[in-house]
Amino acid sequence: QAAWCELPARVLLVLTSQRGVQMYECDGSTMVFWHALDVPEQPAAHSVFARGIAAAGGRFVCVGTSFGAVLVFDIPPKGTNVTLSEVLEQHRDPITDIAAEQGQAQDGAGDLVTADDSGTLCLWSTGEEFTLLGKIPGSGSTCSSVTLWNGIVAAGYGNGQIRLWEAGSGQIRAQVSAHARWIYALDLAPLTGKLLSGAEDSFVHVWKLSRSQDTDDIEIQHCHAECVTDTQVCGARFCDPAGDTFAVTGYDLSEILCYGPA
Amino acid sequence: MSARTLPLLFLNLGGEMLYILDQRLRAQSIPGEKARKDEWTDVDRKRVMNDIITTMFNKKFMEELFKPQDLYSKKALRTVYDRLAHASIMRLNQASMDKLYDLMTMAFKYQVLLCPRPRDILLVTFNHLDAIKDFISDSPGILNQVDETFRRLIETYNCLSDGEFQLIRQTLLIFFQDMHIRVSIFLKDKVQNSNGRFVLPISGPVPWGTEVPGLIRIFSHKGVEVKRAEFTTAGNYVTPQREGSFELYGDRVLKLGTNMYSVTRPVETQMSGSSKTLTSQAKENIAPNPLAKEELNFLARLLGGLDIQKPAGGETGFRLNLFTTDEEEEHAAQTRPEELSYKVINIEATQEPGRRAELSRILGELEVAEPRPGSAEKGEDLLALMDGL
Repeated sequence: QAAWCELPARVLLVLTSQRGVQMYECDGSTMVFWHALDVPEQPAAHSVFARGIAAAGGRFVCVGTSFGAVLVFDIPPKGTNVTLSEVLEQHRDPITDIAAEQGQAQDGAGDLVTADDSGTLCLWSTGEEFTLLGKIPGSGSTCSSVTLWNGIVAAGYGNGQIRLWEAGSGQIRAQVSAHARWIYALDLAPLTGKLLSGAEDSFVHVWKLSRSQDTDDIEIQHCHAECVTDTQVCGARFCDPAGDTFAVTGYDLSEILCYGPA
Repeated sequence: MSARTLPLLFLNLGGEMLYILDQRLRAQSIPGEKARKDEWTDVDRKRVMNDIITTMFNKKFMEELFKPQDLYSKKALRTVYDRLAHASIMRLNQASMDKLYDLMTMAFKYQVLLCPRPRDILLVTFNHLDAIKDFISDSPGILNQVDETFRRLIETYNCLSDGEFQLIRQTLLIFFQDMHIRVSIFLKDKVQNSNGRFVLPISGPVPWGTEVPGLIRIFSHKGVEVKRAEFTTAGNYVTPQREGSFELYGDRVLKLGTNMYSVTRPVETQMSGSSKTLTSQAKENIAPNPLAKEELNFLARLLGGLDIQKPAGGETGFRLNLFTTDEEEEHAAQTRPEELSYKVINIEATQEPGRRAELSRILGELEVAEPRPGSAEKGEDLLALMDGL
């Protein structure tokens, strides 16, 4: 995987693989840091890899592993002195995705969510020491991708469902039969609360999340659908913070498809 | 990537190979009484199928196969099937072998791509095994070997999570990436486009465990459903009837992995012209892999890979042609784009005494027990190999 980690002081390019984690300066000029995973001599039945990347708490980069552990790296404003600050061990299955709060954190709701193969979600509050605030158990389907916005966890699952959870209470607030196949990617546009979902069924959907501050109603509406003919969508990202344009990638596709307003 | 992918890759590709060989052997077979010495009969066909299946499900090979390991390189895997296809009296020219391999790989790529759920790859594998058991239904010895492997599959894979199956699926898809060989049976059935890419339907039953897209349910903070809304898309999905069986016997429901060839439908492939994607795939194939020779030595040992002698008494022998005529085969060999050639490595087993003992022991295990009256000439090279040890 590859992800930009935007921190107040710098932007890092973080890569994960079967060997471990690599961090580069955002222009790709230097490798800032390298963390190797414990790879056994002979291939074991269980795969070893790092997966799930997010910048959190203004100074950390969190990376998930196939062991279920989440590595928390403390990033200095400059230079290569990255240290492993903490290892979070609440998941028992391989981590699939990690997301940090992209809007306004709600009271007691935490600012980081981690997801794993069993569909379990963990909610954390970041800091010198991370605190586990809540756990949402899985219900049989892998949670393949997750986003967090204004205290709403939006999770995409292997069975094509999107679910919205309230980060503070762990209550389910919405359930969408969104796709006919495994959801590969979710992305969120923080300025508008638009949600993008891409799946193996060739479809990309744009949704609108909303949360009313007074009534505490949480809503999700369908805005738009695109069918990328004969392509299993593997990646989907908004290209601007308002969510007016987005880019899509797919299996066997050597192009990046960009969609924008007509 | 998953270290449990190789058994699934090997068994499914092997299954496709058997479908194709069976179809070609039937298409080229002559009724026993009328056949000349060098023509195929039904008895020959059954024997070839038996020999290949016996070799494929060899106990030692299966044990090695099921060990957690990375996928073999494309070259190494191709060589395994070369050896497998030649485990009997049948011979294939390079062009026919190339075509066979193209068909096998594109068929399995299609099956992996269209699997509704990641774990349905197991159902595809079971479909292949069910058909293989059908091919050897009157040979209890080999049937037992296949059942053993079946049980092993169930034991190893039935308990894996969806996430682990998705990893296996991704490992397979990476292996098949950028392969766009056009197969005429796929083109005719409109499951493949003229650019070599498969058609992904947006209609039909959704996978077991998935709901038909369209419904949005909203809940209050107390968990009570307060609203329902619907959205529509171009897709036209329906709920599935039932789930396929993951037991030793049962209705798999899924059609992927069943035999799509029949005697009356000749199968052709068309080479796509050079394009950027083809070159990148070729480059990956040609890059030297120091480990490949190691893997190949081991596989060659297990499959009794000795120098295969040419059949005495003429070139044609018991050659199987994957094309309709010899001229077509010749033409295909000459016009195959350079970047798509498989560059098979040939290995000679070493002559060390220790290894020889091992080899003869393994070959002993691979020997087909039943005596074959009146076929002394046909099995000439196989017997010669045995004598040579």
